[in-house]
Amino acid sequence: MAERLLDVKNLRTEFQRDKSWVTAVNEVSFHIDRGEIVGLVGESGCGKSVTSLSVMRLLPPKTSRISEGKVLFHGKDILKDNKKEMKKIRGREISMIFQEPMNSLNPCMRISKQIIEAILLHNDISKGEAHRRAFDVLKSVGIPDPEMTLNSYPHQLSGGMCQRVMIAMAMSCEPELLIADEPTTALDVTIQAQILELMEGIKEKRNTGILMITHDLGVVAEMCSRIIVMYAGRIVEEAPVKELFASPKHPYTQGLIESVPKLGSDVSSLPFIPGSVPDLASMPKGCKFAPRCKYAMDICRQKEPDLTPVYGSGNRRCRCVLHDGDKGDKKEEVKV
Amino acid sequence: MSEPVVSVKNVVKTFGGGKGFFSKKPLVHAINGVSFDIMPGETFGLVGESGCGKSTTGRLIDHLLSSDSGEIWFDRKDITKLTENEMRPVRADIQMIFQDPYGSLNPRRRISDLIAEPLLIHTDMSERERQKEVNDLLRVVGLSPAHGERYPHEFSGGQRQRIGIARALTVHPKLIIADEPVSALDVSIQAQVLNLMSKLQKDYNLTYLFISHDLSVVEMIADRIAVMYLGTIVETASKKELFEHPRHPYTRALLSAVPIPDPTKKSDRILLKGDLPSTTNLPSGCLFHTRCRYCQERCIRERPKTREISKGHFIKCHYPVFDEDEKEERDVSV
Repeated sequence: MAERLLDVKNLRTEFQRDKSWVTAVNEVSFHIDRGEIVGLVGESGCGKSVTSLSVMRLLPPKTSRISEGKVLFHGKDILKDNKKEMKKIRGREISMIFQEPMNSLNPCMRISKQIIEAILLHNDISKGEAHRRAFDVLKSVGIPDPEMTLNSYPHQLSGGMCQRVMIAMAMSCEPELLIADEPTTALDVTIQAQILELMEGIKEKRNTGILMITHDLGVVAEMCSRIIVMYAGRIVEEAPVKELFASPKHPYTQGLIESVPKLGSDVSSLPFIPGSVPDLASMPKGCKFAPRCKYAMDICRQKEPDLTPVYGSGNRRCRCVLHDGDKGDKKEEVKV
Repeated sequence: MSEPVVSVKNVVKTFGGGKGFFSKKPLVHAINGVSFDIMPGETFGLVGESGCGKSTTGRLIDHLLSSDSGEIWFDRKDITKLTENEMRPVRADIQMIFQDPYGSLNPRRRISDLIAEPLLIHTDMSERERQKEVNDLLRVVGLSPAHGERYPHEFSGGQRQRIGIARALTVHPKLIIADEPVSALDVSIQAQVLNLMSKLQKDYNLTYLFISHDLSVVEMIADRIAVMYLGTIVETASKKELFEHPRHPYTRALLSAVPIPDPTKKSDRILLKGDLPSTTNLPSGCLFHTRCRYCQERCIRERPKTREISKGHFIKCHYPVFDEDEKEERDVSV
């Protein structure tokens, strides 16, 4: 069995809004093994990014809190770590790549200084050696002229280059876990293809575990081995990639996969999910997807279903009464 | 055959470049000789990556920018040299839908006022008539008349895009230029808006210029597609032809780069080398030669002209790409 890197258990994150606390992420549990790419998908506002920021403990301390749950990294709860211990883990053992490469780099600092800073923070080596390592790591992410890039400011580089620099920085200390929050969303498709190839290469070479957060189902289908689907702050489904696309169980996942225009499918109208995502402060009482769900029944509006294993498959989970583990035989009829 | 609604002929547009003799500001070559026709009732898709000049082309047609050279014909009139005042009545027939549904609606005005604005400018309807028209349009785009009393911040992204569409429809335009209308929306909402747009096209007999970077979206909605790269159109063809027989190496790379939401199909990605060349310093010869894997000596030297390689399929390339099995057919026919 593969070594377990990260184990998130029953995470609940809340934000302060108008003097009350609203729940952004609730009952989120998942794990990442070494050398696997796990996809976390969902639409904007579903809590993907909040989940990752909670794991990294990068949320604003005054207006947010993690009120429940554990984040076990190598079996140790890092939510209990103090600031100093957390700093050691961040960047060194868990690294993060953000969506906007242009905004995540300091515009007033040369690339060299920014990467070397990260290396020196976690390693006891000389500046010259850090510079050499920065050069190597830039070269490893496919930057053609590392020395010139090191001497540039972020605005002198293109979006794709900046994202490579971000990845290089994240990889500079050879972390065991990489969290990539929409790493290619701001990039063009041809550049996206280059970056995805690069990330796959990193996983192969270093056996890094990667959590890939994205709204693009195409990206997860190509990259990930396992997919977690989130909706309104909850995990609604988890399955290996092939099984998820072949037979999505949760009505939301089904709608999501159907509504993506597929290249070469030649259709004139798309199936879609009616309505829109509920607001955090006024969540429906029962299943959060019930107002938009075509199978919604009375029970869905009263009680929120649990995330339970799907009947007859060892590694799939789904949060829907239609697929509740013990009533497994009924579900085949409603499958579309 | 019917006349095209829009005819763009060899349009060139540059930006910047200080006016003075001593100015050192480099000239940005945004559009380098773009030509295409849009037929009535069709959806013409314009795809390309950021900075390739898609939006600039849209703005040139709406005369929000004026071209350096070339001609733009709209509805059998040459609108290239029109002044702002002369352009105003023409604008009633050309409406735009913008990418950012948050930025394109004035946050301090009610929805009904926003939608009624074009009516106020282009028609002499009374207030009551305008109100009735607005209510009808809100229903057409799937909102209710009660929504008209609200302000833009009370709506979600998809709803705002519907409002933008309603506003574009008010004056019954001949052409709607949609500049990345669904790029800022989530997939489930994106499908709603795309379906609405295709339905309205049938009901109102609209012609769309649909600008997008997303090939799968364009494939769904467009009839004919032009692929842009560095301010030129490298390939134009009907949707079916373009997706089944892409001939330009750039189109091929672009198509192969789109991730397929199906894990059983592994795509053969064609990775392009490097980044886009700068528009201030265009490459010699074929603009794509710096990243093309089929690049030959002639491509560096000579800029290819647009030619028709099969009916309605135009390409700007010296050495169009054919698949192995197609090559034989072609050799026989030649």
